[in-house]
Amino acid sequence: MTLLPILGVLSSAIFSGTSLLYTTLGEVIDERAGIVNLGLEGVLLVSASSGFAVTYLSGNPYLGVLVSVLAGGLMNMILGYFIINRKSNQLASGLALMFFGFGLSALIGKPFVGQKIHSLTRYLFPGTKDLPLLYTSMFKFDILIFLVIPMAVFIWWLLYRTRWGLGLRAVGENADTAYASGRNPHMIRYQALFVGGMLVGLGAAHLSIAYTMNWTENMTAGRGFIAVALVIFSKWHPLRAIVGALVFSGAVAFQLLLQSSGVQVSSYLLDTIPYILTLIVLIAWGGNRRHSAPAMLGRVYQGSE
Amino acid sequence: MTKLNETIARLFSQKTFQTVIRYLLMILFALLMFGLILLISGKDPLACYKDIFSSTLGSAYGFSEVIVSMIPMLLTALAVALPFKVGLINIGGEGQLFIGAAFATFGALTFSYLPIWLLLPIMALLGMLGGALWAFIPGYLKSIGLVNETITSLLLNSVAPKIVGFLILGFWHSPRDTVKTPNFVDAARLPTFFRTRIHLGLLIGLVLLVIFWYVMKYTRWGLEMRAIGSNPQAAKRNGIPLARYLVIVMCLGGAVAGLGGMVQVSGFYGTLFPNFSMSLGYMGFMICWLAGGDALGIVLMAFVVSVIYSGGNLLQLTQGLPYAVINILLAFTLFIVLARPNFFKGKRT
Repeated sequence: MTLLPILGVLSSAIFSGTSLLYTTLGEVIDERAGIVNLGLEGVLLVSASSGFAVTYLSGNPYLGVLVSVLAGGLMNMILGYFIINRKSNQLASGLALMFFGFGLSALIGKPFVGQKIHSLTRYLFPGTKDLPLLYTSMFKFDILIFLVIPMAVFIWWLLYRTRWGLGLRAVGENADTAYASGRNPHMIRYQALFVGGMLVGLGAAHLSIAYTMNWTENMTAGRGFIAVALVIFSKWHPLRAIVGALVFSGAVAFQLLLQSSGVQVSSYLLDTIPYILTLIVLIAWGGNRRHSAPAMLGRVYQGSE
Repeated sequence: MTKLNETIARLFSQKTFQTVIRYLLMILFALLMFGLILLISGKDPLACYKDIFSSTLGSAYGFSEVIVSMIPMLLTALAVALPFKVGLINIGGEGQLFIGAAFATFGALTFSYLPIWLLLPIMALLGMLGGALWAFIPGYLKSIGLVNETITSLLLNSVAPKIVGFLILGFWHSPRDTVKTPNFVDAARLPTFFRTRIHLGLLIGLVLLVIFWYVMKYTRWGLEMRAIGSNPQAAKRNGIPLARYLVIVMCLGGAVAGLGGMVQVSGFYGTLFPNFSMSLGYMGFMICWLAGGDALGIVLMAFVVSVIYSGGNLLQLTQGLPYAVINILLAFTLFIVLARPNFFKGKRT
């Protein structure tokens, strides 16, 4: 086997991993504030379809990304209303949001099925200019790919090195204590959901506008649930989320490599690797408080209004 | 005249009456919201609702189709309700449904020479075994205090469909079609009634729900389960074998979901293909939650959800809307129940 197919596989792994990492980072923020967002799949779909629609109509992919990001934030606001204001069950509200996203994205995206758009500009990876043309095409990435690792570091900084992040994590661990120390858990949870939703929107934008460059109904194909698994795998930590996304895209890349080299391994079984790994990691770390989830995760904050 | 006013006032103050009005208003609100969305997308909401109504409740055939789509939901909802009584959140109905369907399909393909009275019970048992095995993993990990069952059952949801896909593509696919199994022999199909597609699964679902209601209300097991659900530590101190209950109840829930998978492949499709579920497991979770884990509530909510879903089929045909759009109406219904609005008093119930 030559170098070329390996590079091709790596390149596509980077493309598919990017949207996953943005989505995972978004969910990390939600869950750090104590909210399980099971509606991720729906948020992704609505963001991807609206971003694609705007890109097609305006011809400007950056405007599309912006709309995607806002759509993600707004979708999460719906969830926020139910679990923060109305104190509904988080899992049930999340699933309701997922069904809402299925429907709304089908409605938004219907006129745009099969349409073509101008994608985000792709820039050559620095230092690969002198490679032969065949190779340079593998090293052309759009701006969202270049930004994804810095974004993970930025989210880490936000969560662990700012007062806002401290407050957010405090709400996720014990909202009553956070309230007693003068923070507003409702407000913080709303903020976390909005920021998290914007990140999910970025992931969706990369998927539909930069990577696949088309819209098909239900195109996310379970990415939302993969992201939920990756959050657990990365122990609710933004930097470990990079590793998680790498493991997952690595599994996809590995699978493509095996197929291109003629080895017959069921892609279905390879697809289960990230989940099985997450399960093993959970069992290995289980019972250890240092590795545990935010204490308030999934719980309704009854609050003192 | 004053007497009449008093009667009306008394009628309005009655709690059941208020509840009925409240639910009617909630449904009306959901319909209004969805109508608005239809209007924005350039459709006539009234024509759409007429289509939904006439295709579901307006004809005997439509009504039978509603019942048909309700059957698996009864089982996947019960699969959530049962563990919920001991405080376990089983969101893994989807995965348990898949594995149950796979086990049942194995039975149908392997023992296809057996007579129907032997084959169907074997398939049902296999389906329950599959679902129970899939639920055993989260149940066991929870009972030894290692990992939260919500997370594990959610993860396993994503694994199960891939295993089913692997089995179909690798071993079970029919000679003509690589994405589904051959059609089951007649002996592997649940009998249907009244020349509709309503099958024996309806009876199974309803009987299980009645048993569930009876056991929870009138037996020692039910009492002990409710004790665990309200205070596990106190239950343990009182000598209730907590860990054993957690594992067994979780497995029972899984078995019911697995039976749901068997019922769906044997009664409805007569074949197994990778995306046969269409989120039935998650739907069951929603239904159980909306019904508060109550047996009668599960039947009612499953009926409402089925009406919405069956109506969506016709909307696709007559209005040219994508089928998935009906999910918006479903979501609005869910949202409105989750928000628990109270139209009579200022405070929440």
